[in-house]
Amino acid sequence: VCFIPGGLDCSISFVSRVLGKVCIHGRQKEILGVLVPHLTDLTKSDCIWQRICWRLVECVPDRWMEAVVLGFVQRAPGADVLSRLLGNLVVKNKKAQFVVTQKMLLLQYGHTTAVLQNLLGYLSLDSLRRTLLLRVLQELLETWSSSSALKHSSAEQQLYISKAIVICLSHLKEPEIESCRQELLTSMMEGVKCHLDSSLPQLRRLGMVVAESISSKINTEGPVLKFEYEEDDETRELKALLVQTPPSCVVPSLPDDDRSEKGGAALPLVPQSNEKPHTAAPVMPDEELDAELDSDDDLTPYDMSEDKELKMKSPVYIRDCIEVLTGSRAEDVDKWEATVKALESLVRKNPAATREVSVELAKILLHLEEKTCMEGFVELRQRAQVAVLTTDPIPVAKYLTSQFYSLNYSLRQRMDILDVLVLAAQELSCPKFHGKTKHSDAQKPCIQLLPGSDSSKDWRRIVDERIKSKTRRFDMGRSHVELASCPNEFNSVAGHFFFPLIQHFDRPLTTFDLLGEDHLVLGRLVHTLAILMYLAVNTVAVTAMGKALLEFVWALRFHTDSYVRQGLLSCISSLLLSVPAERILADMTEELLETQSWLGDVMEKDPDGDCRRLALQNLLLMENLKKKLEAVPS
Amino acid sequence: MALPPPDPQFVLRGTSAAVHTLHFSCGGPEPDIPLLFSGSENGFIHVWNLKTHRVDTALDGHGRKSVYCVETVGGKDRLLSQGRDQRICLWDLAEGRTSVTDSVFTEHVGFCRCSLLKVAQGRWLMAMAARSLEEVQILELPSKTSVCTLKPEVGAKLGMPMCLKLWQLNCDSQPVLLAGYEDGSVVLWNVSMGKVLSQLICHQEPVMSLDFDAEKAKGISGSSEKVLSIWSLNEQQNLQVYKTHELVNAGISDITIRPDKKILATAGWDHRIRIFGWKKLKPLAVLDYHTATVHCVSFSDHSNPRERLLAAGSKDQRISVWSIYAQT
Repeated sequence: VCFIPGGLDCSISFVSRVLGKVCIHGRQKEILGVLVPHLTDLTKSDCIWQRICWRLVECVPDRWMEAVVLGFVQRAPGADVLSRLLGNLVVKNKKAQFVVTQKMLLLQYGHTTAVLQNLLGYLSLDSLRRTLLLRVLQELLETWSSSSALKHSSAEQQLYISKAIVICLSHLKEPEIESCRQELLTSMMEGVKCHLDSSLPQLRRLGMVVAESISSKINTEGPVLKFEYEEDDETRELKALLVQTPPSCVVPSLPDDDRSEKGGAALPLVPQSNEKPHTAAPVMPDEELDAELDSDDDLTPYDMSEDKELKMKSPVYIRDCIEVLTGSRAEDVDKWEATVKALESLVRKNPAATREVSVELAKILLHLEEKTCMEGFVELRQRAQVAVLTTDPIPVAKYLTSQFYSLNYSLRQRMDILDVLVLAAQELSCPKFHGKTKHSDAQKPCIQLLPGSDSSKDWRRIVDERIKSKTRRFDMGRSHVELASCPNEFNSVAGHFFFPLIQHFDRPLTTFDLLGEDHLVLGRLVHTLAILMYLAVNTVAVTAMGKALLEFVWALRFHTDSYVRQGLLSCISSLLLSVPAERILADMTEELLETQSWLGDVMEKDPDGDCRRLALQNLLLMENLKKKLEAVPS
Repeated sequence: MALPPPDPQFVLRGTSAAVHTLHFSCGGPEPDIPLLFSGSENGFIHVWNLKTHRVDTALDGHGRKSVYCVETVGGKDRLLSQGRDQRICLWDLAEGRTSVTDSVFTEHVGFCRCSLLKVAQGRWLMAMAARSLEEVQILELPSKTSVCTLKPEVGAKLGMPMCLKLWQLNCDSQPVLLAGYEDGSVVLWNVSMGKVLSQLICHQEPVMSLDFDAEKAKGISGSSEKVLSIWSLNEQQNLQVYKTHELVNAGISDITIRPDKKILATAGWDHRIRIFGWKKLKPLAVLDYHTATVHCVSFSDHSNPRERLLAAGSKDQRISVWSIYAQT
């Protein structure tokens, strides 16, 4: 397409129409791919071409405006180029304004960061458009600070909005910030509150970074808001956006930041290593001078073989440990530390003695607080608790599950109870020869070797020999090591772990309301139940557990917190994997059909990506189950 | 075959509180009784008779606040004591009197022991930690006039002064001060000009105690870590690290070099007293008697070398007195 140069007063409306028609038919990429670079060059210095370009886009009919504007915003190599190409289109044309300020920012979230930079930079470059920039920022902040929007939007959309907010902030000038300081502050407070309330760490981090950015803009002097969180790529990218990059380059500053960070970190190391030898440079004495005056020879040393490192004696009896841990004498901190370190091994070595005092020990450990600054205190305490629980499962489980629903415990303590139950269940259900059990947090557990059934080995040996004598072997085949089997210890206690936890979830206490504010603990409880269900495979109680779990999931299936929903879907997976297929078919058919329709719903409509994925997984598991049942000849 | 370490010659009991400081006064001619002064956590200063092994007098001058430094000022009739009531008291003990003749209000809330140096007949210099966090004040006694205040430069971040030692090479030379600080460094100060002559980082943790041998221009410092640091002073008045010695257990409360400069003793947090040869820091003995941290060690000033003693005071409220390497 070539344009008529010269001062002819021609009408471009025909061209606009062509452009619009092509774009609406989906050919934005092709036509704009040629058009935009041309126009970029032509409009660089020539005002006439700029005006022509503006006329061009202004004359596009309204019904095709969206496609054209979208195409331009996506294709333009920079905000200033976009400004040259579109001019004040957004101010003059209502449809364009809607697309740029509402649709692309609030209703869509698939655009890249570069596109966002273009768009918002474009709005900031002209004084007429800056009012739109402020309005856009207000609306973005409204969405960001609304808790219902947070619950019903996906994490990707939240990231998009956060990026947009940060870029807007980077474009704002002092007088503008002054004028809307109060609003910024109010939305920041509200937004940070509902973001921190969320159970997903990613959303919490996004909220923190955006709040920090807003705070740094409105509090130029004095202390700014600073959160503690783990940096990852997302947060680094977001923070990099706050620094305004010069309009000519839209290259993301991320790789440069990383390189300069690494370079900066390398430098301080070098001077430090130079300093050290300087201060510690020893001056070796002259050997000759000392040789004559060596009157030390007549000082004979005494025997110093007893001089060893001072070690605090660790306790040997469990009742001594109890005494030390409950004693309140402030001076015996060394003894206390030694006791905490030795407790787990003592409990494991003396199971009979532990069983006598198991509930008391469990109580002490649950309330044990760190007296001194010990390394690894939390882990030591948890391991001691797990040891006590595995040594005497039934009474201790009864105690712990009852405490979970009692008054006056902190959320941390309740979550600790859940962690201890899971670790102990894992250990009990794992065959003994495995040695150390792996610690898994409340995610979907990985497949482990299933414990063997409890039977003695003698009959097997006899049968094997009989078979061996009667079969003719043609090929020895690969011999594999037979794993020894041992009783599944989790079998007798699975119910004691599981049912008390599931019983009282809908009864609120004054300080603890699972269905209300404490949805974080509810999420952890649900994940714990999923793991316990999974570990209960091959136990006698598994079917009863499955039924109870299914009812539990059904009651909570519309919960607003996505972490809880993920847990519920993990429960269904565990159920399908653990309960034997025949029992599912026999006892739970109608519930399962209802669940299937619910899962289909979740898969299509749930805003959280992980939930959708888990729902799909469950449906596949159900399909496999069905196929397996059909394959077995009845 | 090395001999097992000796037992204490005798043990003084009766302070009924942890012992924080000790000082001998045995140099007087016969019929003077050899004495040992001890300061305890309950604020009492006990004067022990080393012939009868009993307390002759108990001095109560610090309002029941812990006494952490005692020293004689020219003879056993004049005593100086420093306590946690932020005061330094001067006592007159002649002819059975037990009165406080003078006191200095230091306003120091730490544990830094003061250091005395006789500069002329009847005149002493005393270095003490002052009210301000990093400063050391030098006073002249008995007039109590301030000679100077040693302030580290801004941003030096030395922390509190932990231990002090005033010394001069001989009667005509300038007095200098060695101070160990909280950040692990030892600083040499010129007292008359109030300037730093040299600074050396000896430890990673606070310097708990130091002692200095003026003849050999060598000093030793101990800290809360496992390392003993020996440093020397060269002709340009610069401190340099000479040697370090690693101990079995961490923590040293006190170090003292015997007046004949042959051996030194360290008081450890691991309840043990260690004896080293001073020349090469050869470990000589580990005296394991006490059942709690040893707070202080002190050598006696007997004129007869065979009578020399070493005393150690501990948190277990006992003072052990040893006769070790007295034959050399």
